[in-house]
Amino acid sequence: MKTRRLDNYGKINRDKILSFRWDKKNYKGFEGDTLASALLANNIGIVGRSFKYHRPRGIFSSGVEESGALVTIGSKDRRDPNVRATTQELYNGLEASGQNAFPNVNFDLAGINNYLGRFFAAGFYYKTFMGIPPLEWGKGTAIWMFFEKFIRKAAGMGSASGLPDPDTYEHAHDFCDLIVVGSGPAGVAAALEAAEKKLDVILVEQDSLIGGNQLAENDFDNSQIKNQLENLGIKIMTRTTAFGLYDNCVVGLLERVTDHISAPNVNIPRQRFWTIRAKHIIVGAGAIERHISFNNNDIPGVMTVNASKHYLNRYGVLTGKRIVIATNNDSVYETAHQLSEAGANVTVLDSRTNFEIETNKSFEIRKGYVPYNINGSKKIDSLDISKSEIINKFETINCDQVLLSGGWSPAVHLLSHRGVKPKWDYNNACFLPSDTKENITMVGSSRGLWNKNDCIASGIAGTTDALNRLGISKTNYFFPKPGGWKNPIQPLYEVKYKKSRSKSFVDYQHDVTTDDVRLAHREGFISVEHLKRYTTLGMANDQGKMGNIIGLSLMAELLNKEIPEVGTTVFRPPYTPVSIGALSGRNVGKHFRPLRVTPMHQWNIDHGAKMIEVGLYQRPWYYPKENETLSDSYIREASTVRKTVGICDVTSLGKIAIQGPDSTEFLNRIYSNGFSKLQVGKARYGIMLRDDGIVMDDGTSWRLAENEYFMTTSTGEAAKVMSWLEELLQTRWTDLNVNVTSVSEQWAGVSVAGPKSREVLNNCVDDSLVVTNNNLPFMGVTSTFLKGNIPCRIARISFSGELAFEVYVKSDFANTMMDLLWANAKKYDGCLYGLEALGALRVEKGHVTAAELDGRVTIDDAGLSKMASTKKSYIGSAMRKRGVLKNNDREILVGFFPTNLKETFNAGTIVCEKNNIKGQGIGRITSVTYSPELGHWIGLGFVKGGLDKWKDTNLIGADPVRNKQMNLKVVSPHMIDPKGERMYA
Amino acid sequence: MIRINCPYCGERDHSEFSYGGDATINYPSLDASEKEWTEAIFFRKNIKGFQFETWHHSNGCRMWLVVERSTVTHEIKSVKPCHPDLQKVVENNK
Ligand SMILES: [Zn+2]
Repeated sequence: MKTRRLDNYGKINRDKILSFRWDKKNYKGFEGDTLASALLANNIGIVGRSFKYHRPRGIFSSGVEESGALVTIGSKDRRDPNVRATTQELYNGLEASGQNAFPNVNFDLAGINNYLGRFFAAGFYYKTFMGIPPLEWGKGTAIWMFFEKFIRKAAGMGSASGLPDPDTYEHAHDFCDLIVVGSGPAGVAAALEAAEKKLDVILVEQDSLIGGNQLAENDFDNSQIKNQLENLGIKIMTRTTAFGLYDNCVVGLLERVTDHISAPNVNIPRQRFWTIRAKHIIVGAGAIERHISFNNNDIPGVMTVNASKHYLNRYGVLTGKRIVIATNNDSVYETAHQLSEAGANVTVLDSRTNFEIETNKSFEIRKGYVPYNINGSKKIDSLDISKSEIINKFETINCDQVLLSGGWSPAVHLLSHRGVKPKWDYNNACFLPSDTKENITMVGSSRGLWNKNDCIASGIAGTTDALNRLGISKTNYFFPKPGGWKNPIQPLYEVKYKKSRSKSFVDYQHDVTTDDVRLAHREGFISVEHLKRYTTLGMANDQGKMGNIIGLSLMAELLNKEIPEVGTTVFRPPYTPVSIGALSGRNVGKHFRPLRVTPMHQWNIDHGAKMIEVGLYQRPWYYPKENETLSDSYIREASTVRKTVGICDVTSLGKIAIQGPDSTEFLNRIYSNGFSKLQVGKARYGIMLRDDGIVMDDGTSWRLAENEYFMTTSTGEAAKVMSWLEELLQTRWTDLNVNVTSVSEQWAGVSVAGPKSREVLNNCVDDSLVVTNNNLPFMGVTSTFLKGNIPCRIARISFSGELAFEVYVKSDFANTMMDLLWANAKKYDGCLYGLEALGALRVEKGHVTAAELDGRVTIDDAGLSKMASTKKSYIGSAMRKRGVLKNNDREILVGFFPTNLKETFNAGTIVCEKNNIKGQGIGRITSVTYSPELGHWIGLGFVKGGLDKWKDTNLIGADPVRNKQMNLKVVSPHMIDPKGERMYA
Repeated sequence: MIRINCPYCGERDHSEFSYGGDATINYPSLDASEKEWTEAIFFRKNIKGFQFETWHHSNGCRMWLVVERSTVTHEIKSVKPCHPDLQKVVENNK
């Protein structure tokens, strides 16, 4: 094949020369070129190797359906594999290379796979993995498992860089009355008509230029159209692909902002991922020309007819010298004429015998002929042709290019995303879009219209349809009938090769041949969806845009059915690939998810806190002094709390204001324990169950006034509890007069814990009397003032087991509160303590948290049966003793000590009986800590039957993940101060 | 993307909402039997077509809504507040 640039053709800008590199060599192209057109202009015919057989592959198309010219663009961290050279705009300095070949596409060592074809037939991988002895090798799977990794490596397409993506991506949103996909004659007509009728219109075009397939015409100029569209205020989005249609007229767009620029501004995102909410969608996505399957139909130099027309008229590249066009329809004749005018020697093989075409006789037409076999390997040497009535080799034509047109497939993909099945049209040998109740209208050649005037008429009709459906007008309209060629198309999908071992490709990129389809049929994979998965037909980058119909027709023939009876595979988004970067947008790195900090976040850090993520929250983990490690630090902090006093930021707890005359009744229904008699000025620990009787969350509620409570929840369940309370009040107990308000952000909270906590608070409150044991007994609540006239709420609540208080101030006062408390705590050799010490203290005390309350645990399992009122009904009370929840071998909360107190263990350890170390054992350890108080490691967890059953038995802690095993002793979960004397002090 | 026309906020993306569940369940009284509760919380119809379901406008006005949605097409026929008193208010303001 000899491809070359012509002087008087194309719309490229010859004043702007661009240099680029292909496979490490320098070449030149022009502004307006795609990589594919520039490669062709430089007479580069082989641009890749095929997936399985490593056959040399050239450029098949000029658009998104490309399945041959998949290349890698860029290098290092900007390496982008599997880019279609046909849609990649050329820019100065572009670096591209061929894929799937070593050392390069011209000389590929793995080309030998071509001769091992029978080992790579359809279902090869499935057979390998199912353990069926493959073919005549006779031996089982093992040998293939050995080879598999080599095969995988040899079969890979381009590879990703493996480096972090240096580019930025953006998510953007817009809305409009009408979105028009495709800027061909139909789409433009629709958009203009809609804008004239005052609709707000977005016009989307995947190409860099508007015009659609008119860009392949020699006399097309889009500047006037562009002006018209802009003057009517239509938003034109080029280089933008509508990759998917979703519910409620939502359209996903991918805008390639800088992929065509050599040195993009770093402040501009590489791509934008748009979510468009429209009221109506018009799809004028065009149609895609199909190839024809016959032997060696993949040799570089094979191309669709329309692609050749594009290269000639848009890019000024003549793709061959002696060109044979093989067709079954009228669409090729204008191209044949133009190619011969441009200097090529053109022969048209038309499978039809009876038809009339007007030509100027500048090229030969062979009526009733079809292509049979291409001779050549890296380029086309000649083409064997056959009479279409009796298929056999008949005659050989010398040529360097074979252009194919097996008919046109309307791009019904977007409609298919909505679950609308296309219908087969026998007259035009293609699938046509069906009607849908949704506000989507198909126009132009994507509804099977082959003439420009019909397309324009359909665009206007489409907009009228939209206006009617939107209730703006009530106008009659009609769509032109599908078709439009003078002579009918004659279905032609495959020209059967008479010798065995044909290489007639259906799906180029995945090397699916007609033989593979027949093999799938023989092996029973006759449903379209099975055929697709077994052969991987239509599963490559192009998603079967060219080959699917051919595959279907072959299966129809094998089954002795018609194509519509065989069915069609469902197209799913995206229409063309969408990069992962665009999907994630700005939600990467630190912005992967929102970050929540407490109002004293900076204060904590300034005072030496190391932070840890708890859900979305950043919480103080530990406050190391000098060279302290995490364990040094938390052990010191926990000991200090037990000895003197510690201060801990507990702001992340959920906080809910519960107000209204029925508040008490409400709490009494949602908590398992009684709340009806809680006095004003008192708080109570409470447990909430789910409807099904499992523990949902625990927390406290403080009665601030007759009809007002302040509820705290766990950090992790805060949002869920809030939604739950709202659900109950709005859906079930609509007669209750209660209002719930989340005040989590409004209040900053701190725990002051330890024997000296009262002294510290004493010094911090305005009126020291409020915190005396009499005025503020255990579980007492007061609303008072910190020094400096700062309003606060104090409850005497203990999570650590020590004398302790929770103090809340409005978030704005958080730092002031911390300064005040810390200045006074220091006087008693107090400390700041973090989550790790908090954990140690609560494990020592046997208090449960999310690690224990994991959604499988009942109130009895957690050892909190006393919290389940028998005097009232509440959420979950009817279900908490149901079926298996009654079993007496349920796992019950216990404490664990290592039998050898010098040993350690981890959360996640499985508890087993001594001679039965297997499976799920009889329990599990959920939380562990070093206990500063006891001087050894302790754990909380669950064991079947609980403490009573195992208290004198030596059990085994199995930790297979860490390859550890230790002897365990089961103890009461209340490992220190079981009577709570310290709390009540 | 499902778009839900919240009676308070207007039409919004479903990502602002959280799915609740079957809106037609009549939850038994708290002192009802285990059997009644079992039926209320474990047994669900698997409807093909329109069903009433609750959605919480959790990233919006925080109201619980009854949405009549087709499980086949996602088409939404109606959206109402769950709370009957609020339903009346919305009706009266139409
Ligand atoms: Zn709302």
